[in-house]
Amino acid sequence: MIKNFFVNGAPASTDAPPDTPLLWVLREGLKLTGTKFGCGAGLCGACMVHIDGKRAFSCQTQVSEIAGKLVTTIEGLSPDSSHPVQKAWLAERVPQCGYCQSGQIMSAADLLRHNPKPSREQIIEHMSTNICRCGTYQRIVRAVERAAREA
Amino acid sequence: MIGAAGLSFAIASSRGGIAAEITSERGGKALTPWVSIAPDGTITIMSAATEMGQGSMTSLPLIIAEELDADWSKVKIVPAPVIEEIYGNPGFGGMMYTAGSNAVRSYYDNLRLFGAQARRVLLDNAARKLGLPVDELTTEPSAVVHSKSGRKLSYGEIAEFAEIPAQAPQIKPEDLKKPANFRLISKDVMRAELPRKINGSAQYSIDVQVPGMLYGAVLRAPVEGAAPDKFDEAKVMAVAGVVKVVKLPYGVGILAMTPWAAFTARRAIESSMVWNRDGKAWSFDSEQGLQNFAASARDPNAKATDWFKLGDARAEMAKAASTFEAEYLCDYAYHAQMEPLNAVASVTASGDAAEVWCGTQSQTLALEATADALKIERSKVKLHDTLLGGGFGRRGPRDMDYLIDAVLLSKAVGKPVKSMWTREDDIHNGRFRPLSAHYLQAGFDASGKLMTWQHRLVGDRVTPFADPVRYEKAGHKDFILMLGADAKGYDVPHQLVEQVYEDTGIRTAPLRGIGFTANKFATETFMDEIAYKRGVDPMKYRLDLLANTPRGHKVLERAAQMADWGRQRDGRGLGASYIDYTDTQVAAVVEISIDRANGKIKVHNVWCAIDCGVAVQPDNVIAQTESSIVYGIGLALTERISIKDGAVEQSNFYDYIVPRNHDVPPMQVEVIQTDNHPTGVGQMATPAITPAVANAVMALTGVRLRHAPFTEERVKKALT
Repeated sequence: MIKNFFVNGAPASTDAPPDTPLLWVLREGLKLTGTKFGCGAGLCGACMVHIDGKRAFSCQTQVSEIAGKLVTTIEGLSPDSSHPVQKAWLAERVPQCGYCQSGQIMSAADLLRHNPKPSREQIIEHMSTNICRCGTYQRIVRAVERAAREA
Repeated sequence: MIGAAGLSFAIASSRGGIAAEITSERGGKALTPWVSIAPDGTITIMSAATEMGQGSMTSLPLIIAEELDADWSKVKIVPAPVIEEIYGNPGFGGMMYTAGSNAVRSYYDNLRLFGAQARRVLLDNAARKLGLPVDELTTEPSAVVHSKSGRKLSYGEIAEFAEIPAQAPQIKPEDLKKPANFRLISKDVMRAELPRKINGSAQYSIDVQVPGMLYGAVLRAPVEGAAPDKFDEAKVMAVAGVVKVVKLPYGVGILAMTPWAAFTARRAIESSMVWNRDGKAWSFDSEQGLQNFAASARDPNAKATDWFKLGDARAEMAKAASTFEAEYLCDYAYHAQMEPLNAVASVTASGDAAEVWCGTQSQTLALEATADALKIERSKVKLHDTLLGGGFGRRGPRDMDYLIDAVLLSKAVGKPVKSMWTREDDIHNGRFRPLSAHYLQAGFDASGKLMTWQHRLVGDRVTPFADPVRYEKAGHKDFILMLGADAKGYDVPHQLVEQVYEDTGIRTAPLRGIGFTANKFATETFMDEIAYKRGVDPMKYRLDLLANTPRGHKVLERAAQMADWGRQRDGRGLGASYIDYTDTQVAAVVEISIDRANGKIKVHNVWCAIDCGVAVQPDNVIAQTESSIVYGIGLALTERISIKDGAVEQSNFYDYIVPRNHDVPPMQVEVIQTDNHPTGVGQMATPAITPAVANAVMALTGVRLRHAPFTEERVKKALT
């Protein structure tokens, strides 16, 4: 039993075996399905969440590592899609299939939290952790620039 | 009456079962099977296509809303039930099937008609209520108005008392809106499902949870047709949380309490797993296979069938004053949709009915495949089709392999099951863009004019494997492999395309751009080679040959202007391509550089002009074209599946390399609006990139790349 961690501000616990990736506890246990399974290997970023305020691959984080930590998922980024990154994502009409976009948004929010005025190069480098197979990359960069401008 | 007319117009009142199915999905009065209106003015419109990111969930209902004169902010979109006689895709023989970038193209006329019919029903009812002649009434968004008296009835008010005629009202072509009066078509609206895609609430089948559900994983045979021989079942059952191990015809299924237990057990089987050697592809090696294909392509005596003929290429080639030939090769490629394949199924204990949840490109095939697997009537299957986390052709093949996993496992355990593939499963059991070899020959007259053009294509079959039924119906034409192999648009009087049929046993499927991706690499690179051979700028050479194809000429000319074609750039090369992709006109120019130390090609800019006729949602045409370009960059540079002893060698995104943000250049896309019938946009630029890159490499280095993708090793080798 792993207790004493927080998901989107609420205390959480799990009886999943300690080597279980956080991803599956979030998705199937806590029914927070906005965080996606893409590769299971920390290569695509579809599973990106924030742990203690920094982005992390939830598919590479074992639940044994999260005791006492604060986890934020896409569902907890804002209560009403009002985070500047979410607003910019809609304004630039970024998503296509949308499957990777929770992870993209979590990555972008992480960037702007630590670097509110990133250069274009910094945006591209940071966002290259996440794969979008629909190729929405150009709009992702525009949306991060917009979010930085309008935040 | 025009188009397919309203033959199904009164179906909601005439057929009880269907009426119940339609009305249960929607609120308010069903004016037609496509449109219902609630007293509060909410207009519910059926979406017949599935949504995989291409935007059809918005653009098809929007076409109805245009002719209905609906207030778009009042429109609610719901997936249509699986009733082919009403909602079937006219472009796919009436199946409910979303593929080929043809949803808007195929549904456009009918949806305009259905929207106009619904509007007429509202007008007629309003006229009756107001006691006015109908020709004095008109509409504004979601209201019927009588401008003489200023009286007005909202659509919601009319719906409350509306009587639905048994026969569809007559709509004449002149009753449809003039394009100049469009309020929605050609104007951008927010895509219906986008707000759900920024907050995690969009539901894909992998997100579905059903009470009492178990989790399934399947270790599948590496080769199609092989079956499990033996494995250590005790070792699998020893994994905590595993409930049952099921031997399937094509693999071993594990049922567990959690996904992690299922995946852990799936890995635990691998070491002890022994497959029988049934199946054709054992011992197939793609590197050797491609060499064999190439030998066959250049062998004039290889057994070939004619795919496309214009004029008399055989006779004219023999008479040519001079000839020129070249060869091109193309590897297998993988879809890599971001959502690993999965489905949820709940089969009754007796196995006589099922409920399934999946993201599919064909609601029809999802029902049929489930019914076939359970040997029950299709009517006993209920489908919930969800959003797709990418399709790209992977979720359209007839057997619906990923759905059948869930169905068979649910039947075996007597409980609902969510079965999921790992990324490794998704690649190892991928169904690929085929391996192909291309031999092209050009014949010139004494003045040097290009008169004759031949293309002999040797490729792994696709349509017979992916959809034997459609292959049969198409008269044994492998259109998924062969489309795009001709020189459509160019003024070349004698053309011949031949196919040498190959069946390696490797799993194949339509992949974004289908045959065009390999075939346009061959034909558009060859066109460039011909221009060099004639000593003419390849842009000018193409434009001259497109003189009688005005729409093609225009997109290419525009792409050249956007790229400032004539301007030399230090250390950079420009390459162009032009494609008529089932009537959509696309031209691209790319600008590249090469790091000679490692052979890495960098794409710095892409300029693309596209004419798809009426652009129903122009910003989405741009978005889809950007998307197509990025997909094309992957196919051009890095994406490659290789096969050893019948098995796929790649496993995950570390050895199947798709483009990331830093691989993607600035892209300028220009939509050239014309009033031609709308044609596809979802994949048209993908095939333009590989030849444009090859041509840019030639311009920069004088070296021709002939084997796609242009991996660093291949480029380095070609340059030394």
